[in-house]
Amino acid sequence: MFYREAGDFKTSYVDDNQTFPIKFDRWRYYAVLFVAFCVVPFFINDYWANAIFLPFLIYAIAAIGLNILVGYCGQVSLGTGGFMAVGAYATYKLMTSFPDVNLFFHIIIAGGITAIVGVLFGLPSLRIKGFYLAVATLAAQFFLVWLFNRVPWFYNYSASGQINAPERTLFGHAISGPASEPWAVYLFCLVFTVGSAILARNLTRGTQGRKWMAIRDMDIAAEIIGVNPLVSKLTAFAVSSFFVGIAGALFFAVYLGAVEVGEVYGINKSFLVLFMIIIGGLGSIFGSFAGAAFLVLLPVLLKNLLVGTLGWPTDLAAHLELMIVGLLIIVFLIAEPHGLAQLWRVTKEKLRLWPFPH
Amino acid sequence: MLDATQDGYTTADGRKIGGVVMEMKNITLRFGGVVAIKDISFDIREGEIRAIIGPNGAGKSSMLNVISGFYVPQEGEVLYKGKPRPQMKPYQVARQGIARTFQNIALFEGMTVLDNVMTGRLNKMKTNMFQQGLWKGAAEREEVENREVVEKVIDFLEIQNIRKTPVARLPYGLKKRVELARALAAEPSLLLLDEPMAGMNVEEKEDMSRFILDVNDEFGTTIALIEHDMGVVMDLSDRVVVMDYGKKIGDGTPDEVRSNQDVIDAYLGVAHD
Ligand SMILES: Nc1ncnc2c1ncn2[C@@H]1O[C@H](COP(=O)(O)OP(=O)(O)OP(=O)(O)O)[C@@H](O)[C@H]1O
Ligand SMILES: [Mg+2]
Repeated sequence: MFYREAGDFKTSYVDDNQTFPIKFDRWRYYAVLFVAFCVVPFFINDYWANAIFLPFLIYAIAAIGLNILVGYCGQVSLGTGGFMAVGAYATYKLMTSFPDVNLFFHIIIAGGITAIVGVLFGLPSLRIKGFYLAVATLAAQFFLVWLFNRVPWFYNYSASGQINAPERTLFGHAISGPASEPWAVYLFCLVFTVGSAILARNLTRGTQGRKWMAIRDMDIAAEIIGVNPLVSKLTAFAVSSFFVGIAGALFFAVYLGAVEVGEVYGINKSFLVLFMIIIGGLGSIFGSFAGAAFLVLLPVLLKNLLVGTLGWPTDLAAHLELMIVGLLIIVFLIAEPHGLAQLWRVTKEKLRLWPFPH
Repeated sequence: MLDATQDGYTTADGRKIGGVVMEMKNITLRFGGVVAIKDISFDIREGEIRAIIGPNGAGKSSMLNVISGFYVPQEGEVLYKGKPRPQMKPYQVARQGIARTFQNIALFEGMTVLDNVMTGRLNKMKTNMFQQGLWKGAAEREEVENREVVEKVIDFLEIQNIRKTPVARLPYGLKKRVELARALAAEPSLLLLDEPMAGMNVEEKEDMSRFILDVNDEFGTTIALIEHDMGVVMDLSDRVVVMDYGKKIGDGTPDEVRSNQDVIDAYLGVAHD
């Protein structure tokens, strides 16, 4: 009964354009933000940060990025891992070349560099679509990993071939390196995640978003209303890669701290993020969060339940996880292409009318 | 008989028609061996409703596609507002103020009616990506200003109650209307309609005819339309081009065209030599 639209009339187009037009949704959004910024940092410890919060926040950014390209603009990409690697290596080079500049700016610049690389690898999309484009981005994935493995300049000629994040601080608190403090790292990532979500939401709710969706739904019709398909596709690649690059940078600099490119940014990463947006919901910012949360939490829950409580061997639990994810992908692709976000919307629509469905 | 001076003419119902907006000169379009358009010339004048009719496969849609830049004719010239038009992409043509609808509806199925009609305003949007990313300020203001125009179009076409409905859920007749709304939202100076009434029932056809007349009347929009229903064509249009097998076989007022022997033959299916 409390979830109501009635009596909540919109008197201006500004009100009607809000991200959360229903008051109740708006309050819940503020409540989530409050808890995330003011409550969680006091309780977070190493385990919670590393097992759940950091991967969730970082994957959410990557999922938002990929969703802009795939869900909003309708272009396929299997190169997410490779683009994350670009963000990571750009950050590494920047951190070691300009140690006096704050890591915050390095990460944003790394996003910009990834955007440029994304545009380069997005060029084939001007000519090819669908399956062939997927193959082209797959080639980008393998090429980028190969590049970072083979050119020693990228890893500063270190003997191991790995890159390691040096210690960096923000307002006196370590956010990278071995001595980093979980709550500081968490807040650092949270700022990026919230910023990315707001930026992505603003870009997709207005003119730019409509251009992307027009290209996705029918490129011929998009052209007759004056959308330049080349420019629109390339901006989608740029914006998408910007977010993906930031995610890759955070993953390396503040989450893992040490990275071997093939292991961390391989094709598996590309698929993982793709699965997140399929399960969470294509063409939805909220869905990007839902998908990231789901695929970050699933292994943790299974491990705690099956290995911790029931005493199963770890590899069996891991296999079960793969099967569950595989099954869910199929179910969502067939039954609900708009993912968890759509299920959530439908539930809300029912709630709005409840208890009088007509 | 119309007096075809450069200054235009006055219609039977007293509307003033202006000079030539769009002139097609000796257009020939081939697809491999198929000649879809054979050396056709005609013009469209400011403020008029110009119909293109002809049997199936006559090349009518191809002609609209030439005007809107989808097809590039092998021969001939297109003059827009008196100037020869260089070869253009469809999105460039759109930016010159030419909007259109398709024979097979071309809406964005994944978007709501409102968003679809808003896409018609894309050419008027001037904010860059950074302003849009910030949203507050220029982008929001622009969104609201354009929303106001779009709401007028939505009122005009009487589709207020389906504003927030995803297009995929609409019946055929309404989709056609939404597609017209999207074209109108662009406030075009030339509007091209490819069979706007195909597949509609009588009532829907009457509504659509009324909208087309109102658009022409209230906004002075020049309209070129393809239509099969002869009754509709005779009622709506000021001048008619008749095509058959890629050739122009008639051009004039509905009455002139109706009494033209070639046109009668084409429609009665007289054998071609
Ligand atoms: N893209 C294309 N490729 C090859 N042939 C084409 C193409 N478009 C049109 N044609 C051919 O050109 C001729 C004219 O087609 P067009 O669609 O212009 O006819 P129309 O007058 O619009 O017919 P209808 O009343 O059925 O819509 C037809 O023979 C058609 O097969
Ligand atoms: Mg046709």
